[in-house]
Amino acid sequence: MISTVDVTKRYGRVLAVDGVDLEVAAGDRYGLLGPNGSGKTTLLRLALGLVFATSGTIELLGRPVPRGLGEVLPSVGALVEGPAAYGHLSGRANLSLVDAAGPGGPRRTRRARVEAALDRVGLGGVDGRPVKAYSLGMRQRLGLAAALLRAPRLLVLDEPTNGLDPQGIRDVRDLLRELNDAGTTLLLSSHQLSEVDQLCTRVGVMDRGRLVLQADLATLRTPTGRIVVHTPDPDRAAALLDGRITERAADRLVVQHPDPARLTAELVEAGIRITEIHPQRRLLEEVVLEATSAGSDRVDRP
Amino acid sequence: MIGVELGKLARRPRTWVSIGLLCGLPLLVAVFLATTEVGPGPGEEPAFLSAVLNNGPLYPAAALAIVLPLFLPVAVAVVAGDAVAGEASSGMLRYLLLRPTGRTRLLVAKLIALVAYVVTAVALLAATSYLTGITLFDTAPGGLTSVSGVELSPGELVLRMVAAALYVGVSMLGVGAIALFLSTVSDSALGATLGALAALVASQVLVTLDAAASVSPYLPTRYWFAWIDLFRDPIPWRDLQRGLAIQAVYVAVFLAAAWANFATKDVKS
Repeated sequence: MISTVDVTKRYGRVLAVDGVDLEVAAGDRYGLLGPNGSGKTTLLRLALGLVFATSGTIELLGRPVPRGLGEVLPSVGALVEGPAAYGHLSGRANLSLVDAAGPGGPRRTRRARVEAALDRVGLGGVDGRPVKAYSLGMRQRLGLAAALLRAPRLLVLDEPTNGLDPQGIRDVRDLLRELNDAGTTLLLSSHQLSEVDQLCTRVGVMDRGRLVLQADLATLRTPTGRIVVHTPDPDRAAALLDGRITERAADRLVVQHPDPARLTAELVEAGIRITEIHPQRRLLEEVVLEATSAGSDRVDRP
Repeated sequence: MIGVELGKLARRPRTWVSIGLLCGLPLLVAVFLATTEVGPGPGEEPAFLSAVLNNGPLYPAAALAIVLPLFLPVAVAVVAGDAVAGEASSGMLRYLLLRPTGRTRLLVAKLIALVAYVVTAVALLAATSYLTGITLFDTAPGGLTSVSGVELSPGELVLRMVAAALYVGVSMLGVGAIALFLSTVSDSALGATLGALAALVASQVLVTLDAAASVSPYLPTRYWFAWIDLFRDPIPWRDLQRGLAIQAVYVAVFLAAAWANFATKDVKS
């Protein structure tokens, strides 16, 4: 769906995106993670042809960007850097305007398209008040509705749950799952790990303009070969497992061991009580923090 | 896209407020003139105002002369300066481009909306001031007198008035093109508008400066008032032709610059 080869974008002296090879396959739920200022939004803008690459090639739905944009953009829905609307018009009027501004779709079905999009994002019953009277969450929903207007094959969403309350976040997550099940490819950027963790099947991690990691979430979450043991007898357990303990904090031990079942047997045989035992899995947070540095919004003293 | 832009223009309160003000100023002037009957002396600025007291149907010409130096160009610069920069600052520019609306198409639609605005403004100005003129002022018995003293039939006067309004409309396109270009450069609508107005003020200062006589034929405001020649008999066409030509050059150059800039611009807003 999206494939970039060695894409670089330079704004004056700042290297915003540096040699990125992004690969989003059809059907993916791709989460683009990274600290603030790591180049996520610029990469999305490059893929959508809003900004032009300094070097490298970009393909969107199999067509080169920016040359083939006119052909493929009708099948792409996007929400880039927050929703936007004309404040003095109603949400419906805004969607009709957006619908009318591009090719495809006859005028007589416009109303139905607008209503369907509003229903999908939970704004079906909204009145005629102007968008400037909308709350942040309503604007975000309206932005999503605009992205969904033409039943896109690819959805590119930049921080889709910004400004939503927990209920709204779940609504959006369910909606995105549903769309993905129906065949829509998702590419979303976020700095909220939990959002990506719960929704995505594949992640890319950006840091200082580089794509430092790109992998299936399942691969990242494979066991680490260590086992976490909680016990009320940590001293005895430590003595028994001497040399194999990699981490110890109060009653929690991390043990280098290939098999939790055998470790349990070993400990019980020695009369050590266990309250909890499970193989250690890497958290997405650990993976991401390992791969990235502090965001560009943090400025330490030299 | 053209329909969308025209619709947006028509639905925007600002459009009608600015046109209302544009038509209101000549009305205000007319009320003062009609109640006091103190007209400016013949030959004083604004043009035609001395003649309208006993020549009501000539008032649209006086109204054009009243709004032309400042009011009309300010309104045009506001609309044109907002064209692209306003979309950029509201964030809608990216969504229009992603829709997709081709960048060239968007610019053409903006230009057409701008022309529609100028035409509407000038037409409404002429119509309202004509009504003002025939209501508040006397109509000279017999025919109307041209600036050169020759009598003009009412039909001929209407024809010349329409030509004058068209000429004023074309004169505004130069300003519009400058503001539209600046609008593609800056993300601030205000900046683009003020930039275009700065260019106009500079041009108006240079036109009156004898030392700058060598460049004055190339300034956008140099032939703005050439439409007054339309009310002479016979009409001296030289300045009118030059005025149209100079506007055409400004429009062509700044539109080309606007297109070249916008088509290759990174949309970061």
